[in-house]
Amino acid sequence: MDIAEELLSGSRLAMSRAITAVENEYDNAVDIMQQLYAHTGNAHVIGITGPPGAGKSTLTDKLAKEYRSQGKTVGIIAVDPTSPFSGGAILGDRIRMNDLTLDEGVFIRSMGTRGSLGGLSRKTAETIKIMDAAGKDIILVETVGVGQSEVDIVKTADTIIVVLVPGLGDDIQAIKAGILEIGDVFAINKADHDGVDRLNTELEMMLDLNQQKMDWRPPVKRVIANRGEGISELIGSIAQQIAQSRQSGQFSNRRTQRTKSELLAMLDEQIGRRVRKKLSDGGGFDQLVASVESREKNPYIVVNEIMASVLL
Amino acid sequence: MEKRVRVLVAKPGLDGHDRGAKVVARALRDAGFEVIYTGLRQTPEQIAEAALQEDVNVIALSLLSGAHNHLFPRIVELIRSKGMTDVLMIGGGVIPDSDIPTLKAAGIAEVFTPGTSTVSIIDYINANVK
Repeated sequence: MDIAEELLSGSRLAMSRAITAVENEYDNAVDIMQQLYAHTGNAHVIGITGPPGAGKSTLTDKLAKEYRSQGKTVGIIAVDPTSPFSGGAILGDRIRMNDLTLDEGVFIRSMGTRGSLGGLSRKTAETIKIMDAAGKDIILVETVGVGQSEVDIVKTADTIIVVLVPGLGDDIQAIKAGILEIGDVFAINKADHDGVDRLNTELEMMLDLNQQKMDWRPPVKRVIANRGEGISELIGSIAQQIAQSRQSGQFSNRRTQRTKSELLAMLDEQIGRRVRKKLSDGGGFDQLVASVESREKNPYIVVNEIMASVLL
Repeated sequence: MEKRVRVLVAKPGLDGHDRGAKVVARALRDAGFEVIYTGLRQTPEQIAEAALQEDVNVIALSLLSGAHNHLFPRIVELIRSKGMTDVLMIGGGVIPDSDIPTLKAAGIAEVFTPGTSTVSIIDYINANVK
């Protein structure tokens, strides 16, 4: 049996190896994904995002346990930053999830961003598909600790939970664009800390000021993740959101957008690879660079010429 | 995308000291490895399962409690029973020289004792990882 077949018949090692193949772009990666694609599309993908230290990993751990108690299987993808200097990373999210390690209904994979800047790793979307094909009902995707604009999770998840904590800034932060616009559900973690009422009010005000007429008004939920408080209420909001999203058509709209952007990304990647291969096979690229730099040739014309030769 | 070496840094057993493990984890990060750190007081079963889920190339065990003769071989056994035959397993901590041959015979490729430089751990991994 090959990796995809083993994965589909329930091998955890095969699932793990498939993720590695995709992440490292091994030769068999495309073949694996090709075989798995027909088995994807069933999992509910939930993104968990928020600033560093907000408690995303702890909350992910608690959500996973709650879903397990409902009898659902859970995949977790935990993304941490890769060093831009060494290419190395410390992937430390599992520390908060140790109780889940020996639960066979849970599979946790840590990933480094490897140069991706949108809060996820380059291969998060494929890893979701692998876990989905392996039959996980719920896939929790924990982004890196984000600032304001790392919103790739929008393109990836069916439900987005933005986790915030009191004490990070004044109300002007709440009207800025970016991360606060993407939440389907807001979770205020560490709700026993000072400033929780104020943050709650500011978020509600921000949400009330939303001009767009929306079918879904994101709820703001208070949790204390390390004590497990507020988790079942949060899960209740997630269930309402997904039901509403399916009913209003937003769910399928998002998935269509996702399919579209994934297809375009795959095309971009394939075209880029072909162009680079053409350039390295043909040789003379350095001379081309030199002639563009000396203004002897025009880069806009050069690019058109190269594209014409690749697409022949 | 080139392959990145993935290393699980793990603390088996009842041992509350992880300064050394953190120093090693940091050095490995700076050497370009992806380091998965799972925190204190892990059972052999947890370590082996985390290694499987993360598909690591290396497992670096840190232990200062004296239970290495029991815990290290158990972890090797569990890893192999999961079908992960090509994982490089190394250990470190306050481990008497006289115990090292037994640990190596059990499948721990190398043991690093106090005073080891992080560079020699990195060099060893680079030379031996599959």
